[in-house]
Amino acid sequence: MIENNVLPLFFMLAAASFILAIKWMNSPATARRGVIIGEIGMLLAVVGTLLRQDVVDYQWIFIAFFVGSAIGVPLAYLMPMTAVPQRTAISHACGALAVALIGTAEFYRKIPHGLKLGALTIETLLGFLTCTASIMAFGKLQELIPTRPLVFKGQNAFNFTLFGLTALTGVALGISPEAVWLFPVLAVLSLLAGVLLIIPIGGADMPTVIALLNSYAGLSAATMGFALDSKLLIVAGALDGASGLILSVIMCRAMNRSFTNVLFGAFGQVQTRAAVGEQKNVRSATAEEAAEILNGARTVIVIPGYGMAVAQAQHKTRELYEALTRRGTDVKFAIHPVAGRMPGHMNVLLAEADVPYDKLVELDEINSEFAMTDVALVIGANDVVNPAARDDKSSPIAGMPILDADKARTVMVIKRSMNPGFAGIENELYYLDHTLMLFGDAKSFVTSLVKELDASVRAAA
Amino acid sequence: MKQYEFGLFVFMLAAFLGFELIRRVSPLLHTPLMSLTNAISAISVVGAIVITGEHGATLVSRILGFTAVLLAVTNVVSGYLITDRMLKMFKKRGPEK
Repeated sequence: MIENNVLPLFFMLAAASFILAIKWMNSPATARRGVIIGEIGMLLAVVGTLLRQDVVDYQWIFIAFFVGSAIGVPLAYLMPMTAVPQRTAISHACGALAVALIGTAEFYRKIPHGLKLGALTIETLLGFLTCTASIMAFGKLQELIPTRPLVFKGQNAFNFTLFGLTALTGVALGISPEAVWLFPVLAVLSLLAGVLLIIPIGGADMPTVIALLNSYAGLSAATMGFALDSKLLIVAGALDGASGLILSVIMCRAMNRSFTNVLFGAFGQVQTRAAVGEQKNVRSATAEEAAEILNGARTVIVIPGYGMAVAQAQHKTRELYEALTRRGTDVKFAIHPVAGRMPGHMNVLLAEADVPYDKLVELDEINSEFAMTDVALVIGANDVVNPAARDDKSSPIAGMPILDADKARTVMVIKRSMNPGFAGIENELYYLDHTLMLFGDAKSFVTSLVKELDASVRAAA
Repeated sequence: MKQYEFGLFVFMLAAFLGFELIRRVSPLLHTPLMSLTNAISAISVVGAIVITGEHGATLVSRILGFTAVLLAVTNVVSGYLITDRMLKMFKKRGPEK
């Protein structure tokens, strides 16, 4: 009675809640409401499932609930914001592994046939692949493995053979499910494919990769919906799949690259164009000189990048923002879509440091303002301000939309040294006549800038 | 095979809805969006519950199910909480001084 009439309503409401949750994410004003409705949806789905008649043994389920919450709560509250990309990668891995394990259990419970078998095969394949791929992405983000693209001879040929073999095993299993031994083969091949998918991808491409893995995780949940005939899973999975896909398309567009180029294009990246800039001169400045220029500036645009995250300089950057705002300077932050290691990374870091979000301006809106700006201050960003992307057709990043920092009256770049980033692309911006290089660690340099600015206020008073 | 046809329809509609909704999300919130969808995709917990709790489940499928519930619940809990923690930080004006 309840099973047939009430429970479907639970699942329908849960699906509606997820749709609202994502809808309300469109603006910071409603986003927290979105989280709450999302939680309600999840609660409805879980309670609805627990009430099903075929669920009779609750002991292990509740132990898992308890342990999972005991791990999840500290994970959410203790995770530093700079580590959010890593956390996202590792939770993709957990989610995908869960899906793969469910697929495995389902398969061995009663060898399925027909379309259910097909759905289970795809579910398990995607689950295992996303799991190891996310672990590798985590390794790169945490710098446990080298962040540069790892390439070997014949890599693409090898990878395509492996992916082909994996797909072929999946098809074979779909045709003859009685060959049960094919299942572990498929699992191992999928796990392997996940590893090989990620190793040729460099750290700077991680925003695209994380978004893509998000999409895979969603799709695997949706295929599970087909295998278990659950509309709720199909809806939730499709929403996530769409979300991840859109984000990765946005990331690709922000780098003027195609999917194939991000996933299989590691070869073009390795070339280094050394020796080009060797004999060129750069102008460098001390914190004192830089503070003096900032002191006289009326408009400043700060361009943060991954370097700011690495140096944990976001709080000091906010102090700089306040010191400048106090003297009536107009300060904005220019956020490039691929700055950092995941979509929106810079926004979260600056929000954590209490920078008001209406000061965080997107690429399209701010680019016209650089020409009227006194100082463009680059903190730990590199490729996203490289004018070669705009002007030099032969550059590896040609066509990538950039922030036009070079058009500001004075450009200041905080950077550790003149070493090019791992992409190995020379940045013309550093050699311009109106560019000042501020050599040092982002955090300590911004700290001394703030100190100098405050000192000049006291001197004037 | 009516059931699968219906499922595919639902999938297609949900995917289009997803595209339309997510296109409207401000880039400002892309990171919280990703951790929210991450939590939502842990909806796979419902499949895991059925496998773990069903009558006469074998030891192997109970272990697999238990692990899956554990992993999914970890994602649900940490995903929602960290999303909220991030969103709390987005303020229109700086701290009151």
